[in-house]
Amino acid sequence: MSVWKITWLIALKDLRIERRSRVITDQVLPFAGVTMLIFAFALDADSVLERVAPGLIWLATMFSLLVLVQRAFSIETDDGALDAMRVAGVDARAIYLGKSLSLAVQLLVLEVILLGAAIVLYAQTVPLDGVVLLVVTLLTATCGLASVGTLYGGLAAGIRGRETLLPLLTLPAVAPVLIGATRAVEAALGTAGAVVSDGWPWVGLLAVFAVAFGVGGTLAFGPLIDE
Amino acid sequence: MTTFDPTGTESVPVTSAPAPHDSYRVGTGTRATRVLGLFTIVSMGWLVVFGLGFSPADRDQDEAVRILYVHVPTIWLAYLAFVVTAIASALYLFPKAHSLGWDRLAGASAEIGVAFVAVTLVVGALWGRLTWGVFWQWDARLTLTALLFVSYIGYLAVRRLGGTHEQRARRSAVLGLLIVLEIPLLHFSVKLWRSLHQGSTLTDPSGDVKMDGLMLFSLFVGVIAFTLLYVWLVLHRTRAMAMEDLLDDRQLDSALEARRAEARIDAAPESAPEPAPEVGTEDR
Repeated sequence: MSVWKITWLIALKDLRIERRSRVITDQVLPFAGVTMLIFAFALDADSVLERVAPGLIWLATMFSLLVLVQRAFSIETDDGALDAMRVAGVDARAIYLGKSLSLAVQLLVLEVILLGAAIVLYAQTVPLDGVVLLVVTLLTATCGLASVGTLYGGLAAGIRGRETLLPLLTLPAVAPVLIGATRAVEAALGTAGAVVSDGWPWVGLLAVFAVAFGVGGTLAFGPLIDE
Repeated sequence: MTTFDPTGTESVPVTSAPAPHDSYRVGTGTRATRVLGLFTIVSMGWLVVFGLGFSPADRDQDEAVRILYVHVPTIWLAYLAFVVTAIASALYLFPKAHSLGWDRLAGASAEIGVAFVAVTLVVGALWGRLTWGVFWQWDARLTLTALLFVSYIGYLAVRRLGGTHEQRARRSAVLGLLIVLEIPLLHFSVKLWRSLHQGSTLTDPSGDVKMDGLMLFSLFVGVIAFTLLYVWLVLHRTRAMAMEDLLDDRQLDSALEARRAEARIDAAPESAPEPAPEVGTEDR
């Protein structure tokens, strides 16, 4: 079987597990919604919330990413499935790409919901000329986040309480995505006078990030999980 | 026995606790490090004399410029330390030999690098308070330094995850190289952020000081002094790590030996014809 076929099978497996267990739809998506609520408690002024709404969307995404990654790997480590796949000779690159793909799908759903929450809770509007930028930003940022998340998730997965390592490793690594995606969404939504053309350089940065970590992760994932 | 092998001799045969006359080291010092240490102390003294004494106060910053004689060398050395970590990680990972000495060098250098970045941030904050009036600013350079600090703290955390020495080495080497990938991405994104974003409302935060004459000389003295300090620290830390690894191995061997001894005692009552069985069962 080719690497791509196995990637597809693993991605489908993860999504099928989610469809049957509904852990993410029951727990993680509500958690993301709750963070959008509690931001309002912390940032007490409507004008502040409107101004920083794009940033809050991506902050909520980052925190939810950590939970999603932990879920993605707990389904593997609970029954030693990751080790079993490796021992059975499944290509580590395919495992990485498959899990990244399913994580990306879950992240996209999450981000769309968060965008909806921002439109409702923080009085955001999406101008028509910003839609393309918005969609492209979501796609490229998601690819980058999924790449980094799966990579460090593999490192932090397993027994002996390594899960607490995930936030420390992931958040500095995804700082460029947080910076770039927030600026791009600000441009798309016209926050604080930004125009759509301001956002495209940031999308370029997000694309470079996604490619860099996509390639780096594919190479590094195997050695990291083969202990 | 005066030579010390920093690459470590992993195959220490242990069948029992080492006898007192065994020629293993009780410290990490050698003649080389003592000489190096002496030079370090002398150059630090030289830095104090020039930095605090002979060099003049700055036209704009007054005496606060003297902080830079420590601040600038520490960050340069931190960069050097992290470059050493990256190279040593690659030298562990890619050659077939996978020599653990490189892993220990990478870890020691990262620890010292993190310490130097911490010093840089604290000393820089003090300098900032004196010259800019604030401890911190979100300009590109400070933000990047903070991100560098946090990234390598993550590296150190991964080093302490446990497992065999080889597992630790491989994990850390891969992460070390991933951080090398992260740094340019962080650099570009933060630089872009701080150039396209609205500028800071304070005075120019670049922190560059055009120095000449005695001030530049004092800065070079600082770099020399801190480089010597770095090398001295790395040598000692690498050797201490080698000793920690040896200790781990010996403790593991003793523990295994103790378990085997227990198994032999448990097996013995079954093969003995006398005494009565309750001798073997009463201590259950």
